[in-house]
Amino acid sequence: MARILWTGVAAAIAASGAVVWAQQKSSAEGIAEYRAMLADGNPAELFEAKGEALWKTKRGPKNASLEACDLGKGPGVVKGAFVELPRYFADTGRVQDLESRLLSCSETLQGISAAETAATPFGRGEQANMDALVAYISAASGGMKFNLPQGNAEERKMFELGKRIRLQDLPDLTKNPGNGIGFAAWPAYRVSSGELWGMQRRLNDCYRQQRFPYPGYGSDVTIALGVYMGVNAKGAESVAPSIKR
Amino acid sequence: MADPMRIRAQAAGDKATVRVLMAHEMETGQRKDAAGKLIPAWYIQQVHAKLNGKDVLSAQWGPAVAKNPFLQFMIKGAKAGDKVSVTWVDNRGDTRSDEAVVT
Amino acid sequence: MHTRRHALSTSAKLALLLLGAGALPAAAQAQAAGFNQAAFDAKSLADVMKALGSNAPAASGDVTVSAPDIAENGAVVPVGASSTLPGVKRLLVLVEKNPSALSAMFDVNEMVDANFSTRVKMGQSSDVYAVAMMNDGRVLYAKKEVKVTLGGCGG
Repeated sequence: MARILWTGVAAAIAASGAVVWAQQKSSAEGIAEYRAMLADGNPAELFEAKGEALWKTKRGPKNASLEACDLGKGPGVVKGAFVELPRYFADTGRVQDLESRLLSCSETLQGISAAETAATPFGRGEQANMDALVAYISAASGGMKFNLPQGNAEERKMFELGKRIRLQDLPDLTKNPGNGIGFAAWPAYRVSSGELWGMQRRLNDCYRQQRFPYPGYGSDVTIALGVYMGVNAKGAESVAPSIKR
Repeated sequence: MADPMRIRAQAAGDKATVRVLMAHEMETGQRKDAAGKLIPAWYIQQVHAKLNGKDVLSAQWGPAVAKNPFLQFMIKGAKAGDKVSVTWVDNRGDTRSDEAVVT
Repeated sequence: MHTRRHALSTSAKLALLLLGAGALPAAAQAQAAGFNQAAFDAKSLADVMKALGSNAPAASGDVTVSAPDIAENGAVVPVGASSTLPGVKRLLVLVEKNPSALSAMFDVNEMVDANFSTRVKMGQSSDVYAVAMMNDGRVLYAKKEVKVTLGGCGG
């Protein structure tokens, strides 16, 4: 879909006189055109390819791959997992988002320390591998609709916790913002830094912008926010990983 | 060894449109790090492509090409099943080659 | 002539081997690999053409530069250069106000269309040029102004 849009826009620009277009378009339309031109060939795809390789590669002290990791739809099932996270996992006894689930799977299956990864600065070492895995797993649910489970009491508790946090600390956003907006647009490739940001990093930045201390990588508070936003995004299509300025 | 490229080659009529994403910092050499020191230039200088082993594309790039570069070009006479390979060489002499099959 | 070209290509292959062994100084590396450093150091369109040893460029409706009117972030600006004219030897992409004007240079032969798209960094709003160097020595160009904005809401 994005490819057709890009080709159409590019063809239109090439075919018409550039000066005429400049005078007829508003800034908002201009920016929309710019974003459409970038949507085809999103550098996030480089991270997706790396993530797929990481998922299937034997690594860590236990020399195992992540292919036995259960992201909520059964061991090794990647397609459709992203749009149902965060959710409750019986083996860990808690609600987990994608990143905290990858932390526990990496530790259990591969022997890679979750605490060490959580303490690593964004974009470096194992955190860089997380960026790639997050890109790969979210892309596997591209176009699917968000449908976080709320059948478990823990899941509902997290929703209520997230709602309280959301309304206290951050701008109010209680409605479903629609396809590919807000929650449905992360992870994303940020062109300004050429980095792939997962939801955890985005939340980290939100807290920083609010001048609040970051609650910690994969903490219950960040997962609760994910549950609240994800449930509110029910039915919205995921476009992750998307491309942002 | 640099990260792999993403190459997609689609045939339509008598040509194939090739779209490539390359993983590269494309550092201009004009940015400064936190300590105020210049970060050395590090960028892809040459890009070559072949169709079934025959040279088709030759390009020279400067550091102004964006990070994680995107490239699109059209190969005449390419059809589904043909092999497209893309190679880049950067100013440090590092190189990377990847291949894709035209669909 | 044939001997010189043959000798150059052999030395280029040797240079690449030495490159791998880290045995060549940087300047020699760039030279040996066939990269036109002078063209990429040139500041203006005129200087770029001089470095490429070609004529002064003339505006032409047969060359097309594709770029957005506004780039939300100058770090990544999609640009296309194309021409439907026969006999195009090279297509260039230039950003006038960048520290060095030349961004990219594409050789055209009978195997590829004279039509390339890539993405460039723009330090500020500027004219972006697509330049076609023809086999018969003519140099033709098209230009478009691209506004760069870093501001705006959302993310």
